[in-house]
Amino acid sequence: MSNSTVATSNYVNFYDYQGKYKGIGAWLLSVDHKRIGLLYLFSMITFFLIGMTLGFFMRLELWTTGETIMKPQTYNALFTLHGVIMIFLVIIPGIPAGFGNFFLPIQIGAEDVAFPRWNLTSWYLYTIGGLFVIVSLFLSGGPIDTGWTFYAPYSIRTGTQVILPLLGAFILGFSSILTGLNFIVTVHRLRAPGMSFFKMPLFVWALYSTAWIQIIGTPVIGITILLVIVERMFGMGVFDPALGGDPILFQHLFWIYSHPAVYIMILPAMGVVSEIIPTFCRKTIFGYGAIAMSSLAIALVGTLVWGHHMFTSGMSDEARWIYSFLTFIVALPSGVKVFNWVATMHKASIKPETPFLFVMAFIFLFSIGGLTGLVLGSLATDVHLHDTYFVVAHFHYVMFGGTIFVFFAALHYWFPKMFGRMYNTKVANTALAIMVIGFNMLYFTFFILGYLGMPRRYYDYLPEFQGLHQFATVGSWVLIAGILLMLGNLFVALRKGEKASANPWGGMTLEWTIPSPPPLTNFEKIPTVKYGPYEYEHYKEVVKDEQ
Amino acid sequence: MSNNANTHILEHTDSHSSGHVHRDDYGSKMGMWLFLFTELLLFGGLFVLYMAYRTEYFTFFQLGAKELKIWMGALNTIVLLTSSLTMVLSIVALQRGNIKGSIAWLISTIGFAFGFLIIKYFEWSDKFHHGIMPGGEELLNMPQGVKVFFGLYYSMTGLHGLHVIIGIGLLTFMLIRILLGKVTPDKFVPLENAGLYWHLVDLIWIFLFPLFYLLH
Amino acid sequence: MAEHHSNDGRIAHAHAPSYGINIMIWLILISLTVLTVAIAGIDLGRLTLVAALLIAAIKSAFVINYFMHIKFEDLLFKVFLWLVLLVLLIILVLTAFDVFYR
Repeated sequence: MSNSTVATSNYVNFYDYQGKYKGIGAWLLSVDHKRIGLLYLFSMITFFLIGMTLGFFMRLELWTTGETIMKPQTYNALFTLHGVIMIFLVIIPGIPAGFGNFFLPIQIGAEDVAFPRWNLTSWYLYTIGGLFVIVSLFLSGGPIDTGWTFYAPYSIRTGTQVILPLLGAFILGFSSILTGLNFIVTVHRLRAPGMSFFKMPLFVWALYSTAWIQIIGTPVIGITILLVIVERMFGMGVFDPALGGDPILFQHLFWIYSHPAVYIMILPAMGVVSEIIPTFCRKTIFGYGAIAMSSLAIALVGTLVWGHHMFTSGMSDEARWIYSFLTFIVALPSGVKVFNWVATMHKASIKPETPFLFVMAFIFLFSIGGLTGLVLGSLATDVHLHDTYFVVAHFHYVMFGGTIFVFFAALHYWFPKMFGRMYNTKVANTALAIMVIGFNMLYFTFFILGYLGMPRRYYDYLPEFQGLHQFATVGSWVLIAGILLMLGNLFVALRKGEKASANPWGGMTLEWTIPSPPPLTNFEKIPTVKYGPYEYEHYKEVVKDEQ
Repeated sequence: MSNNANTHILEHTDSHSSGHVHRDDYGSKMGMWLFLFTELLLFGGLFVLYMAYRTEYFTFFQLGAKELKIWMGALNTIVLLTSSLTMVLSIVALQRGNIKGSIAWLISTIGFAFGFLIIKYFEWSDKFHHGIMPGGEELLNMPQGVKVFFGLYYSMTGLHGLHVIIGIGLLTFMLIRILLGKVTPDKFVPLENAGLYWHLVDLIWIFLFPLFYLLH
Repeated sequence: MAEHHSNDGRIAHAHAPSYGINIMIWLILISLTVLTVAIAGIDLGRLTLVAALLIAAIKSAFVINYFMHIKFEDLLFKVFLWLVLLVLLIILVLTAFDVFYR
């Protein structure tokens, strides 16, 4: 009784469905996970562009030594804001809040998440948190200048506006917790009949593992934020050394969340990669079980390695070698994933469509980022590289080259499903190529700068670094050009793109068995699942089309 | 597809667009436990700080603890333990169909919560009066370790007290829901969930009491 | 009572709710509180902290198992709780490796 690829007279996609609310209310008051996912996507892309603009101006300032276009205080505020926006408003919510919200229920055969109203609340909190951050820029004291890491005691003593952006971050944390909570209950309670845990798509495994980090890690930065606020307001004496406090303890509490946060960032991205590769290889993924378990392993071990941000802070030697050891351990499950992805491609019949090309870029960029993480995880080398541009390069490779490139890949993969239209793949691929070139021009240069001794967050630098800085700045222009081309292409496709079928890529997970865009409740009838998510020998039976 | 199937889908879809949620008590309870885990980690961070500072400043912690009144801490412990009992009794009563009893036990719980806050108020205002408060004269003259002790004391008992206040709000909300007939002997999980929150508040104090008041 | 993805648990049913057992638990908790205060008066050096925390842990176990009902819930809830407590413990231990050895 399949009519999944044919629009019947019953089929009303979720945009056109006339519900209780009309117009803007249909977006702001809807508890439909698909609309909420899209709200998040558009918010995050907006914040990404703002953060990108800040980065653009930072690189302009660094064109010459000394003052170029702004004063030092402004520069400090810029890099703080760049970090706060990119980390808390873009990359952490990133894939889970956007694509997770849209596709998790569909991929497990459900009509929505477990708590649709808490889901909408989560987006409201996200927006309010973002507003707090933006508004704080204009309040007394001026924009916060502590760096996104707001280390004590400076964050306690600086005259800039600290409390409001930190409150914004606190609210954003709540948003993240609610998303994680929703996803865990959804996965446990709403899987379709026949979908055991080991028949779930790997994207779902990734989101599930991430959700646990969101639950366990986020409260710790919550308390850190509250303590800094309270110490600023009342002189509480918890972190400030003038009152007997220990700044290293601040760093512990801060990084107990902020390190697992990077796994919140990368795990869902790895989940997306595990979706895209089998689809474009038309082949089941190599080592499904290992990849699923590696997501859990990364979540667990990743929660324990935070001290590798503090090797030069004054921690005990015993602590330092334990954290270094654990850091090397956590690289192993990531290695398992990369190995399994490559093994999947071996002897596969590959269709190098746009999403697949983005994933290839990701594997290249993330591997560089991951390997340089080991350089930083090793005590002896970290002592020289800590707080230099080497670190900045490393985390841009993993967070930007990693998560964000996969965010872009996911956009291109699921665009036809979400919007029912196709984009110009030639332009998309060209944009990707430009981005990869610009990215490496910008960030590979940072590895060299860092190795040569250029410190991070510095407004000024020694003249011998100028050439490299300028090269990097030009790279940033190339990168931005590529990003704008990519987004422009997608924006045009929203209105003018060719109509897309239910399954343009030949995927096998459940989202490809329903129309593009999906109807309100996703499925006419909740499916009964017989096979695993990438068992291509059963393709025709599951997808019911003749591709 | 028959007409009936069409109507069913449209009705079903209609109920979705208005935010109608399918009931899942098990899922609801799971969600509440997950939220409690976040509270465990929130306070957990503070306990990490306590552990570190107690190691660094042990004798000063003992000095600081001398300023606290053990009998008040113990009394508050008993107040909270008893409030946990009345909370459970409220749930049991509801499950047994005794709505009036449930309401009475719930009101008692709220009463004990207020009692806790009142005792806390007297404790804190006594200290403030003696200048032992963040930024207070007396405290600034004390050794660093004692400053940190009180920094932690006020942070931890303060955050806990905030949770008591939130708990009062939550329990009152449940009381209203019972009175309105939305929480019933057949739909009691919301009350259980509120109870879970309240027990957590009790649990945190079970640890705060010995760590701050019984330091000699 | 393991439920996979079925309808089980959507509507909760209470199993023989009783007042008595809870009052007993409360009495135990009060006694343990008295014990905690008494022990604090004895100087056992390092052990005083251990004793106090041990009693607090036992009180917690009663609250969590009976008042919070986890003893009678699905195994999954217990697994979740142990997992979270384990992570919290490891975080404490790892931080201790820094703080104790400086």
